[in-house]
Amino acid sequence: MTNIRKVSDEILLAVDGISLSFGGVKALNNISFDVRKGEIRAIIGPNGAGKSSMLNCINGFYHPQEGQITFKGETRQQMQPHKAAEQGIARTFQNIALFKGMSTLDNIMTGRNLKMKTNFLWQALHLGPARREEMENREAAERVIDFLEIEQIRKTPVGKLPYGLQKRVELGRALAAEPDLLLLDEPMAGMNHEEKEDMCRYILDVNDQLGTTIVLIEHDMSVVMDISDRVVVLDYGSLLADGTPDVVRADQDVINAYLGVTHE
Amino acid sequence: MAGTVPSASLRDTFPKLLLENVRVRGDKPANREKDYGIWLAWSWAEIAGEIRALVCGLQTLGVERGDKVCICGDNRPHLYWALTAVQALGAVPVPVYQDSVAEEMQFIYAHAEAKFAIVENQEQVDKLLEIRPQIPALKSIIYNDSRGMMHYQQDFLYKYSDVQDSGRRFDAANPGFFVASVEQGAGSDVCAMLYTSGTTGRPKGVMLSFDNLLITANNGCLREGLSEDEETLAYLPMAWIGDNIFSHAQAYCAGYCVSCPESSDTVLQDLREIGPTYFFAPPRIYESLLTTVMIRIEDAAKIKQSMFHYFMAVAKRVGMDILDGKPVALVDRLLYGIGNILVYGPLKNVLGLSKMRVGYTAGEAIGPDIFAFYRSMGLNLKQLYASTEASVFITIQPDGEVNPESSGTPAIGVEVRIADDGEVMFKSPGVFQAYFKDDEATRETKTEDGWVHTGDAGYFDEQGHLRIIDRSKDVGKLRDGTLFAPKFLENKLKFFPHIKEAVTFGDGQDFVTAFINIDLESVGNWAERRNIAYSGYTDLAGQPAVYDLIQACVEQINNDLAADAKLAGSQIHRFLLLHKQLEADDGELTRTSKLRRAPIAERYADLITALYAGKTICPVEVRVTYEDGRTDTINANVEIRDAATTRAAAQAAE
Repeated sequence: MTNIRKVSDEILLAVDGISLSFGGVKALNNISFDVRKGEIRAIIGPNGAGKSSMLNCINGFYHPQEGQITFKGETRQQMQPHKAAEQGIARTFQNIALFKGMSTLDNIMTGRNLKMKTNFLWQALHLGPARREEMENREAAERVIDFLEIEQIRKTPVGKLPYGLQKRVELGRALAAEPDLLLLDEPMAGMNHEEKEDMCRYILDVNDQLGTTIVLIEHDMSVVMDISDRVVVLDYGSLLADGTPDVVRADQDVINAYLGVTHE
Repeated sequence: MAGTVPSASLRDTFPKLLLENVRVRGDKPANREKDYGIWLAWSWAEIAGEIRALVCGLQTLGVERGDKVCICGDNRPHLYWALTAVQALGAVPVPVYQDSVAEEMQFIYAHAEAKFAIVENQEQVDKLLEIRPQIPALKSIIYNDSRGMMHYQQDFLYKYSDVQDSGRRFDAANPGFFVASVEQGAGSDVCAMLYTSGTTGRPKGVMLSFDNLLITANNGCLREGLSEDEETLAYLPMAWIGDNIFSHAQAYCAGYCVSCPESSDTVLQDLREIGPTYFFAPPRIYESLLTTVMIRIEDAAKIKQSMFHYFMAVAKRVGMDILDGKPVALVDRLLYGIGNILVYGPLKNVLGLSKMRVGYTAGEAIGPDIFAFYRSMGLNLKQLYASTEASVFITIQPDGEVNPESSGTPAIGVEVRIADDGEVMFKSPGVFQAYFKDDEATRETKTEDGWVHTGDAGYFDEQGHLRIIDRSKDVGKLRDGTLFAPKFLENKLKFFPHIKEAVTFGDGQDFVTAFINIDLESVGNWAERRNIAYSGYTDLAGQPAVYDLIQACVEQINNDLAADAKLAGSQIHRFLLLHKQLEADDGELTRTSKLRRAPIAERYADLITALYAGKTICPVEVRVTYEDGRTDTINANVEIRDAATTRAAAQAAE
């Protein structure tokens, strides 16, 4: 594939000296890295390395005790998840968090929640501005459905879908919010080879065609090395390495953490 | 020759018909497509504008009269417009199967010497880029969907809408060009080249003229009384002759609207939303529709289940007669009416067939049960006998005379005769011009005076309906001269859900015998319900109870065959259940699950000898190859049974 993406030098997100602990357990210890606008940034590390905690800090679900996060030039220490969403951060979850009884379309429409401005009464009566707004948002949802090629399951309750498709619907819901920064927590966990390939293609398409910056956590090394521009490696809450896939792959600390150290 | 010939030169090509349709019904919808979840419609006037822009745009790209232009993608209005646009320039569209792999495409592009390609999306562009070094004649590629195409820098790639834009500019500067180009076309020009699927050797390019397609399409419209109010769904490959007739030629002749599904995965939902009045599907589509219904009924509440089964039994008894206009008792008519309100109507609605007036099926034999299921619900499903070389129609079942076993009477304008060796031959206005660059094959297939060899063996029954029995080369004779058509018998066997595969023998023998593979799922299920324990396929196939089950199937077929004077002699006298399933890995089937008769006959020579030697048991040892390449031998004693045959004489006396 001829992929000539443009990653700018502009920093979209900067994480500076983040430390997070739960009681006596240090989940994150003085972590700093940045994400450039338009890039695919991977966070890797063994189990318990603090990857999901890092994402939770970025979207304001956890409040780190130390350090600060700068998003779109705005620095903050404490953040609420709904504020993060308003600022343009969307995410998917390691364990699928969809509304199982609702259709694919309805689930994706919930991702448009923040774009709906009319009040409850108008919406309940489906009148005037609420009607127009519903049409606009439905159109946006349909664009997401088209983008992810899930037309055939538009009306299917999500709980009846196979796992791989549920993951895709979850990505769709995040995309419906038209985010600037997309956080993906193990988007390919538990998928077979073909499903992984599909998901990779969608992630690349999102980045390429919608220009969305992506931070993803992934365990499959070949996937990470193939699709990401730069990789952050965490181990026991500390930053082990940071750089392009080639640099990270050659890093002795990373090799030790992943493959174990040989004692001679 | 019978039938109407659109002699007026106003209507003898697709582009001329397009302008005619704009004049007569410019505001009526011509195409629909679902996009972003909403059906969008284009009127005849609108598609004429789109096509005109494309014609002028292709002209600026250098498309000349006689050039071949490959068209490849799912059913999209834009690709149907491309067919007409290419024809308007006097060039020849060559639709290509969209799921062909790169090598198959390479053969067609190279053979057709295609200079241009109009394709749907990135997937098709990628395939062409891969084979481009081998097809130097290809000058430009035009793609419709620009998704993923952002970073393609090649200067020979053009976006469909950009081509149209430059066409509009050209049109503004040369306003007379389009109409002049359309007027240059004549009915005798070659207007499409379709490649036959090539089950026997390399694909051949069948050249068809405007007259071939349009006269045949028009005759088809007359036969079924098609009007501009029909609704159809275009979902079968554009490279297949049927789609060219049903979704393009007949739509232009009758002026009806063709809808394109959102994607190939949404066809069943789109079918329901469109509610076609004129519908075509190969048997497997009808089968899968039926399966979905049956599965949902199994899951339904008891009361619904019993209602369904009761009224389906009523339909089975009288439904076909009501549809054929035969006399039916008043009570049954009333019951059928209630059934229509409670069961058949809602069911047809769910299937999207409520409005279906005419439904066709062709391509392969359809199971009589499936056929009867649809017809008994009042759906006018009919079989036809078709071929690319005939521009589809050879024979069609007439309304009121539908019989699952026959293919009907010759279509309007078609003459059919049976050659001395039993081969079906036809002559019609739809007979193809020639195979492209293959005069030898043309001479072998088409006689000097225009008769075409079909390669199928068949005969006319007492009603004057054509019955196709088999490919001519497979048909043999028993020692007493009785006709023996193996595939015909095997299909009959395979219509039973318990039988997965069958091989019949009889050429040059005294009687017919059969190898049978049971369907493990279906028979396994049957065995479980009867508490018959089994360890695997070989064990199950050797059980006496299973033999009894299959014997009943064979005897039923013998009974059916006895009713037909020509086939009564080919009843199955002896059969056995093979101890292993026939496999492509063992070279017994082709990769598309067709029987490879010679290797099977060689491999199981002992069993065949035993069948004819009158033995009741035969030990076998067969090597099997597993998917990973390991081999093993299976030893088994295969039982051979005699099946009761019905005397044809007794039937004749009735």
